[in-house]
Amino acid sequence: MKTLITILLLTGSCLIQAQNPTGKEILEKIDKNMASKSTISTSKMIIHGARQIRTIEAKSWGIGDEKSFTEYLAPAREKGTKMLKLEDELWIYSPGSDRIIKISGHMLKQSLMGSDLSYEDMMDNVKLLEDYDAVVIGSELIDERDCWIVELQAKTAEVNYQIRKIWVDKVRYIPLKEELYAKSGKLLKRTELSNITRIGNRWYPKKIVFKDMLKKGDGTEFIIDEIEFDKEIDEYIFTKASLK
Amino acid sequence: MIAIKLAYRNLVGAGLRTWLNVIVLAFVLFMIIWHYGILDGWNEQANRDMKAWEVGNGQYWQENYDPYDFFTLEESHAKIPEALKKATNDGIVTPILINQGSIYPEGRIQSMLLKGITPDQNVIVLPSEELNVESEEIPVIIGRRMAKSCKLQEGDVTTIRWRDINGTFDATEVKIVKVFNCDVPNVDQGQIWIHIEKLQEMMQAYGEATMFIIGEDFEMNETVSGWEYKDFDFLMTEMNEMMKMKKVGGSFMYVILMLLAMLAIFDTQVLSIFRRQKEIGTYIAMGMTRAQVVSLFTVEGAMHAILAVIFIGIFGTPLLIWLMSIGMTMPAGSDDMGIAIAETIYPVYGAGLIIGTSLLIFVITLIVSYLPARKISKMKPTDAIKGKIQ
Repeated sequence: MKTLITILLLTGSCLIQAQNPTGKEILEKIDKNMASKSTISTSKMIIHGARQIRTIEAKSWGIGDEKSFTEYLAPAREKGTKMLKLEDELWIYSPGSDRIIKISGHMLKQSLMGSDLSYEDMMDNVKLLEDYDAVVIGSELIDERDCWIVELQAKTAEVNYQIRKIWVDKVRYIPLKEELYAKSGKLLKRTELSNITRIGNRWYPKKIVFKDMLKKGDGTEFIIDEIEFDKEIDEYIFTKASLK
Repeated sequence: MIAIKLAYRNLVGAGLRTWLNVIVLAFVLFMIIWHYGILDGWNEQANRDMKAWEVGNGQYWQENYDPYDFFTLEESHAKIPEALKKATNDGIVTPILINQGSIYPEGRIQSMLLKGITPDQNVIVLPSEELNVESEEIPVIIGRRMAKSCKLQEGDVTTIRWRDINGTFDATEVKIVKVFNCDVPNVDQGQIWIHIEKLQEMMQAYGEATMFIIGEDFEMNETVSGWEYKDFDFLMTEMNEMMKMKKVGGSFMYVILMLLAMLAIFDTQVLSIFRRQKEIGTYIAMGMTRAQVVSLFTVEGAMHAILAVIFIGIFGTPLLIWLMSIGMTMPAGSDDMGIAIAETIYPVYGAGLIIGTSLLIFVITLIVSYLPARKISKMKPTDAIKGKIQ
């Protein structure tokens, strides 16, 4: 009996090994699960500052990774601010000054409304499969979900982060945690994704916590209240004319 | 000459009235000399300190570099040009490499500039030799303003983050090996100094610089392609403009003080002419022309200014010399305004300042004394000698 169990375990282990996906396959599956033609969402960004907590509400429309339009709904100070992203370009309309400003160059490195995110982080169109070599380096439990740990090493020098680590749910193929490292190996940023919800035929995180690891504080929470996938969106919304 | 003698006797004879006017004029003269002396002293100190700490005898800037636009830093670095290599090796010019970054003292994020410098340079007096120490962390030096704003002190270890020329983030620990004290905020506020070769390695910008500071004995007439020469006067333009503004600003106060002093002289003259009509009549009766009498009263009035200058010479000079020796202590926080200012400013009184100010006050007093004296030329001598009011 013992021998049988041992044989079964060994065979099972070998089968599991054989079934272990490669880093590339995991990334492809994440893309398949997360990617959509379009999204319409309402969300809250909770910024935990040193002295106060600010909550910013917004509604966003997006087509793939290339086009997105966000209108801030609350608080009153930010209400009416609109942001348009078209591929690598970003414009902001501020109702206070009634002006459209293009955010470019080093301005992209500025914090997005005082959060732990920079405009650049928001713009991050990084093609993980193209820019990184992905290797599965282990597995770990996160929120009682078994995850692959995928380490990504940059193939080229022209990337923001040389090393990334992603914890991917083995069943749902959704990232539950991501860590971004400096060239020196120092941990710079951590993103934790939770409240994974079934929306249509996909799993999607409704809460994301961004944290600058060099900074004190509780980071910035991004909570998706509502999200719809693959809805038709009028192309007009992704033009500068819609900012005013 | 008679007019001067008479005027002097009349003035001294007037007693307290004269001395009050003289003291008011002397006070104005003293204030102007002292304040302009402070501004000149500040200007001289700022020029000296900025030359020693920041601008040297001029600079070469990489063509894209704009110190007022940090966004240009990404593109404003280039290989050390051949034309400047020898001078760099001889230590006559020193290259500076600049990059933007963030510092995280006690978990707070603060933007800063990373400035790379050769530790053994002698072009500016920055204590760059301190960067030669061996340390597990990267040794850096900062100014006392930066130390204060980041709450850092010598021996502290903190994290910095930057991007290399490809845009990739990197971060490491640095150790503050020296907090230096200098009066030039441009080499202190919001920046840390690091070994240039280390910074080149961190930025992946090997053998590159953003600017060069030129030392003494540097002579080169050729232009350096890709680099713009900025002479000392250009680099001091902002400071000099600010000093001019300060002088103009300060002159408003003197105009008011002068107006008050001149009002006193004017009133004294009007009163003299009113009270001394018999005397005026007698002068004319004795053969003096009206013009001579007008001159006498004008000289009398103007002599207040001469007495004020003599008064300052006797009593003010020791006071001005004493103030020059102790200087003027600037209020705490003055040097946080971004301008080169020492803790104590020592006034500088140039001959031009003293002679110019004295002449200015004399001429104004002369004019103000003449205006009421004109009335004498319209007086009838017979009525004047009777003391009839005219």
